[in-house]
Parts: sequence; structure tokens; C-alpha cells
Amino acid sequence: MIPAKIFLLCGQVFFILLFAPLVSGFIRKVKNNLRMRKGASIFQPYYNFVKLFSKNQVVSKHASWIFTATPAIVLSSSLAACFLLPVFRPGLSLNTTGDLLAIFFILALGRFFLALAGLDAGSSFGGIGSSREMFISSIAEPAAFVSLFVIGMNSSSTSAAAVAGEHFFRVSTLLAGFAFFMVVIAETSRIPVDNQETHLELTMMHEGMVLEYSGRSLAIIELAISLKQIIFFTMLSWFLLPFFNDTQWQWLQFPLKLLVISMIIAIIEVSFAKMRLFRVVDYLGFAFFIALLAAVSACMGI
Amino acid sequence: MVNLLSQQLFLFDPLALFFLVVIALVCAPSAVFSIGYLRGEYSKGRSIIATVLLALFVLSMCMVVTAGNLFSFLVFWELMSLSSYFLVVFDYKHEKSVRAGTIYLIMTHLGTASLMAALFILYAQAGSFNFLAVKQAAAVMPVQMRNTVFLLLLFGFATKAGVVPVHIWLPIAHPQAPSHISSIMSGVMIKTAIYGMIRFFVMLLGPGPQWWGILILALAVVSCLVGVIYALMDHDLKRLLAYHSVENIGIILLGIGAAMLFAAKGIFLVAVIGMCAGLYHLVNHALFKGLLFLCSGSVVKATGIRDMEKMGGLIKSMPWTAAFFLIGAMGISALPPLNGFVSEWLTFQTFFAGILQSGGWIKVFMVLCVAALALTSGLAAACFVKAFGITFLAMPRSYRAQEAKEVSVSLKLGMGFLAVMVIIFGVGAGIIATCIARVAQDILGAHESAFSFQWFSLTIATAQAISISPFIIAALLLVFSFGVLSWFMFGLRPKTARYNTWDCGYYALDARTEYTATAFSKPFRIAFSFFLLPYRKSEKIRDSFYHVRSFTYETHTTPLFERHFYGPFLRIVYNIAFKLRKLQPGIINLYLLYIFLALVILVAMTGIFNL
Repeated sequence: MIPAKIFLLCGQVFFILLFAPLVSGFIRKVKNNLRMRKGASIFQPYYNFVKLFSKNQVVSKHASWIFTATPAIVLSSSLAACFLLPVFRPGLSLNTTGDLLAIFFILALGRFFLALAGLDAGSSFGGIGSSREMFISSIAEPAAFVSLFVIGMNSSSTSAAAVAGEHFFRVSTLLAGFAFFMVVIAETSRIPVDNQETHLELTMMHEGMVLEYSGRSLAIIELAISLKQIIFFTMLSWFLLPFFNDTQWQWLQFPLKLLVISMIIAIIEVSFAKMRLFRVVDYLGFAFFIALLAAVSACMGI
Repeated sequence: MVNLLSQQLFLFDPLALFFLVVIALVCAPSAVFSIGYLRGEYSKGRSIIATVLLALFVLSMCMVVTAGNLFSFLVFWELMSLSSYFLVVFDYKHEKSVRAGTIYLIMTHLGTASLMAALFILYAQAGSFNFLAVKQAAAVMPVQMRNTVFLLLLFGFATKAGVVPVHIWLPIAHPQAPSHISSIMSGVMIKTAIYGMIRFFVMLLGPGPQWWGILILALAVVSCLVGVIYALMDHDLKRLLAYHSVENIGIILLGIGAAMLFAAKGIFLVAVIGMCAGLYHLVNHALFKGLLFLCSGSVVKATGIRDMEKMGGLIKSMPWTAAFFLIGAMGISALPPLNGFVSEWLTFQTFFAGILQSGGWIKVFMVLCVAALALTSGLAAACFVKAFGITFLAMPRSYRAQEAKEVSVSLKLGMGFLAVMVIIFGVGAGIIATCIARVAQDILGAHESAFSFQWFSLTIATAQAISISPFIIAALLLVFSFGVLSWFMFGLRPKTARYNTWDCGYYALDARTEYTATAFSKPFRIAFSFFLLPYRKSEKIRDSFYHVRSFTYETHTTPLFERHFYGPFLRIVYNIAFKLRKLQPGIINLYLLYIFLALVILVAMTGIFNL
């Protein structure tokens, strides 16, 4: 029983790892098509990965071991979080190793090291990126935790299996889902909070933080980031698109949900402009109040 | 009059033993650290004095937590305050130290005065100093009196713990002491106030009304947020850590306050979890704050400066200190699998269990506590990215930072021990939490067991299957990290070149163009400007419109509490003092009249009261 589950679980994590760049490629493709452009193939992230992986890398003279170790730590934190995440069916995760909150804490580990690596080379681009990344993620934290608490309250447990196994739509869950959606946009550095496509000094946040990376390290970091993105999308799907109570098509549900969420994200990205940095406070404050509203309605039992 | 020696002088129950362990865990490595730290810094005679004072300080803390009656508690408490005062003013030639010492002395004695009043009320009610008699008397005490005692005690203990409105002495006094003393003061001494709260509020005065717990939770939330926001703004390495003590006392009190609230509601299972969360975070904070203060002590010893803006690049010259500081920073930022993660997770779970088990507006209040704790932990992580990144990474920003050398063996031993403990208290969470749960059960007199522990996972005993296993998380992280790293190292073709940092092709990057701590905290300064009220001053000297020859920029935040709380209070005190001065004009006849009047009044009073 247990070895079989471990085997399935490793397969699931491996599948997500393979699948993760495809989601980024798909979103980029949809965005381009919506803008009436042809766009690169949806497999472009894989080509990028292979290209970067075979290139020499340049490391700053001022950088320390933190800079070298960070790609490994970021990828392993994303992978460890994957093990706590039921994807194909509600029970398929290391349920006794961590719950929803633990997933969030583990992802924070990767972010912490990325921010340190941004400061490590002594460039101002890295510094500005780290500062803004930590700023946005810390302001996003209350909204994220309160909305996680709301789905936890609705299923009387914060364990991922229990939360993913809920089949009902509730007002509070949907409200919390809306708040969490806003958090996901901020955490995956997408418009209107951040823009992944720009390398303009004054606007980049996440890209500024990893600007010093090249070659293999960059490939690993991009893989880890797309993994983190898929983790957030999966968590979002528990709020907005719960599992149907149908065992036969269970395996197909996950790719479909990812498709829907990626489409929505792509549409939002092309229809909004990036906000000024300090408007993000209002944006995330709004997310927090929606989450609080969700919590109040969850307390009322709806 | 009772014979003081006939009273039970010491009491060794699980609570006292738990605190003795915490004291030992931090004081022993700090003492080892002090061997190397004092050498070269002070003369031999003064080193001996410092060591004697340290011993006295540690002994008095041990006696505070094992005191068996009210009177000995008060005596040891005062001994602890005084010995730590002498350690704060140890560098008595610096004006700053003396000033810090004075503020500390005044604040701590305000607290002690209020404690004394509370304990005398308890004595008057019980007729005995004994804890047991006090407990019996407290059960039948009138409600108003019990509440008065609670508020007086709360003021006394909050002053010592550095809870927010009365925290101002903490960031002034702690950084001014020698670093191993800062580590003990921040790591352990402020925890004796938490000991007092648990002993008196939970064990002696019994589970009080619900508003006690709610008041403590509210104070805790304010402490968390104010502490961490001020820490983000501060660029003095040791003062930053001291502000984090204010924050972490808040997190500890979140657990303890929830325990008090749910004990009052009679939901003992949640109360036990809350107490465990509080106690676990207490020992964790002792460990990582002790470690961080020792590391900052090493940095100060190696560079002679405390200002982060002048540091940088120390990870290359002081690799051990940097690694230990990184472990401490990860612990305090609640990153898995280290210890801060476990206790913050437990605190979140306390609130979760509380939300499920209670009803009405208490639920919403708990959600607000969760939001505050989440914001605090996010901001703390940001603050430690700043503290570690600016102090240890990139290029040195001053000559002193450039010339820094790694510290001697005894300093490394002290730091290393605590760093290992930070890891063990994270990875071994299951065993440690079950031990702490036993202490918590004894404190609350409850039989509910809060956790079960099997297969390396710690499971909360309330709802279905909520568990974590830092051990397995650590194993996963280690396996993957090493996997990726070895893939890196032994991968075949591509090479790594060392070259300049990308600077848009100017090739003129130096320490002056680096990112600074002030710049790092700027988004936070603007986002929290409603509270920090920053103001800035910039001055440009121009050669022409296009060419600026020199540019100075200053930014400060407004110290709200000092200005709006302590300022008016001090002004009133001074006004009264100036008016009272007229009573003392230096005329001897008048003084004789005072003596005569005093005598008449006293005689009259004895006459009245003996009737």
C-alpha cells in the first residue's frame, strides 16, 4: 500500500515537473494570439531550458556561495512543496508531512534565498528586485493566509487532502478564491502587479532579482518558478474549481482546470496595464478585505 | 508577622524546570562566547567584573523562575533587574550607555512598583506569601480586586517583556550592553516576564475571565506589528535585533493569550495547543535571538561598527559567522525546516482550532490575529533578507568592513552550539513538542493531550489529520538540493566564468553604487507611512543646472510613542516637579515648620485610627 502510493506520488511530481514549463508556454501563446500575433510555440520554454542548460555561465566576482546554492535551494523548495500537493486525486500527497500552511512556508524558503541572491552580486538591479519582491510577498501574506483559513474552516481541516476533497461550492469559498486569485497574480509576478516580459530597470521586480543569473543556473531557476506557478494554480483550483465527485474522469480533471486558469490569467494579462508599485498596496489590501469578508461569511456558515 | 524563612523558598515544578532549561540553553553558550569576546576589548580586571556580574545575573534569573513564594520572587526579580542594569552600563564611559541604563532603570522600576503593589494585595488577601495559599485566596477574591491585581501585574510584566506601549527601553538598553549580555537579555531575561504571566495569570489567579485573554491577544498583535515595522526601519544591527524581540514577544503572547482565552472558555484542548505554541516559540526565540545577538557581537568585534550601511561582504572574510547568522535568520523568518517554522505553524494551528471550536465574534477576532501573524512573518522575512544581505553579501562598504577578520574559537563555539540547537529544535519538532505538551498540561491542569507523534510527524489532536513533519521536509530539501547541486558540479561541458557584475557596460561598479539598507526598506517606509510618518531632507549643491556636485539625503521616521505618549507624560512630571520645588526654598524656619506639621498630622492620625 505505502510503497505503491510513494511510487504514484513520485510519478505525479515528475509529471508536474515535466508539465510546468508547458503552462508558461501556453499562457504566452494565448497572450500573443489575443494580441493578434502569431507568437512562439508553446514548447518554447523547453527549448529555452535546453539552450540555457548547454551554455556557459557567468558568475559575478563579488558573489558568494549563496549565489551558487540558490538555484538548487529554490528548485528543491518547489519540489518539496509539490510532494505536499494532491494534484490528480485528493489523497495523493504526503499528507502527514505538511498541510496548506506548510506549503506556503516551504515556498517562502525559495523566495528568501532568491532575494538574498539578488543582493549578492552588489548590483542595484538585484537589490531593487529583492526589495520589491519581499515587499509584495509580505503584503500579500495576510490575504493568502486568511483565504487558506477560509477553505480550511469549510472543510474543518487545513490538510491538503481534506481541502482538495471538498466537492461543494460555497459563497465563502468563492470569495476566498477571488482573494487568493489576486494573491496568485502577485506571487507569480504577472500583470497587473509585475511584468515578466519587461527588462526595463525601473519596472522589473522578479526579473531584476534574477538578472545576474545565466546559463544553467538561470535554467534551473526558471524551472523552479514555473513549478511554483503550477503549485499556486493547483491551490487556486481548490477554491474555484473543486474536484468533481467522479472517480472515472478524475485524472483528466487536473489538466482541464489548469487550462481554464491559464486562459483566465492570459486574458487578464492582456487586458490590464501594470500598476505603479505603491498601488499594489491598495490592490493587495483589497484582496485582504475580500478574504476577510470570506472569513466572516465562513463564520456565518455560508 | 510571618517568618520569611519558614516559607517555601523554592519551587521546582515543570514550568520552573522548563524555564531553567531555556536559561541554560542560552546562557551556557553566551558564557563561552564571552571568553573570547571580552579578551582584547576590556582590561583583565574589568573582564573579571563582567564575568562575576554575568554569573550573578544568570543566578538571579534561575532564582526568579524557581522562587517558591511571593516575597522571594520579588527579591530575586529586583536582583535580576539590578544586575542587568550594571551590565547595561558596563561601558560606563559612553554617554549612550549611561543614558540607556537610566531609561532601563526607570522603566523597570515602574514595572516593579506595580508588581509590588499587586503582590502586596495578594499577600493581604492570603495572609501568607506562599503560592499555594495565594492560589486558594485568589479563588475567593472579589472580582474587582482580582481584576486590579491582574492589571497591575500585567503592567509590571509587560514592562519587563517589552510589550508595545511600554517597550521603549528595550531597543535602547539591549544593544548597549556587551553582546553576550544582549543575547541573554533578549533571549532569556524578557522571558522571565512571560514566566511571571504564566505563573500568576494562569496558575495562581486561575483561568480568569475571557477579557484577560483577549486583552493579551490584542497587546500581542500590536507588539508583533509595531516591533517588526520598526525593525525594518532600523539599520543598527543590534537595535534591529532588539526590535525583533518586541515582535517575537508578541508572537509568544499570541499563543499564551489564546491559551488563557480558551482556558477561560473551558476548551482545554485548544488551550493546551496554544500554551504549547507559546512555550515552543519562547524557547525558539531564546535560541535564535541568542544566536543572532552573538553573531552581531562577532561582527561588532571584528569591525567595530554597528551600522549596517557601512558593512557588506563579510561572508567572505567571516564565513563561519555568516553561516551561523544565516541559520539564525532562517529560524526567525520561520523558514522550514528550522525551529521558527514549527512554532509559528503551531500558533497558526492554535487559531485554526480556536476558530473551529468557538463561535460568534471570537472567530472573527481570531481571523484578525491570523492576518496580523501572517503579515508579521512576511515582514520579518523581508527584514532578515535586508539584515543578512546588506551586512554579509556583496562588497564591503567601508574600510573597517574590508579589514574584518574571522573571530576566535570560543566565539565560534558559542555561536555554533546555538546554530545546531536551532536546527535540532526544528527537525526534531515531534519529540520536543510532546515534551512541551506535558509542561503545558501541567500548567493548565488539563488531561487532554495536544499532539500525537509517529512516523516523524507531529499531528494536532483536534480536527482530522493536520500534521507536519519538519524531519521529512528537511530530508526532501536536502536530497533535492544535493541532487541539483551535484548535477551542476559534475555536469559535463559548460563552464563557469567569473566576471564583473552586470552594470550596463560602464565598468564602474563599486561599493557606493550598491543597494543600501535604507533603499531596501523604502517600499515599506512608504506603505506604512501612516504609522511611521517619515520625513526627509535632501540638499543639492550644483555646478550648473545639469551637473550636481554633491548631494546629501537624510530620511527619518517619527518616533510616535516617544512623541505622543512619553513626551506629554514627561512634561507633566517636569511641571509638577518644578511646582513642588517652591516647597523647598532653603529657609530653615520653614523646614522646622514642616517637621512640626508632619508630627502633628501623624499624632492626629494615630489618634483617629486607634479609636
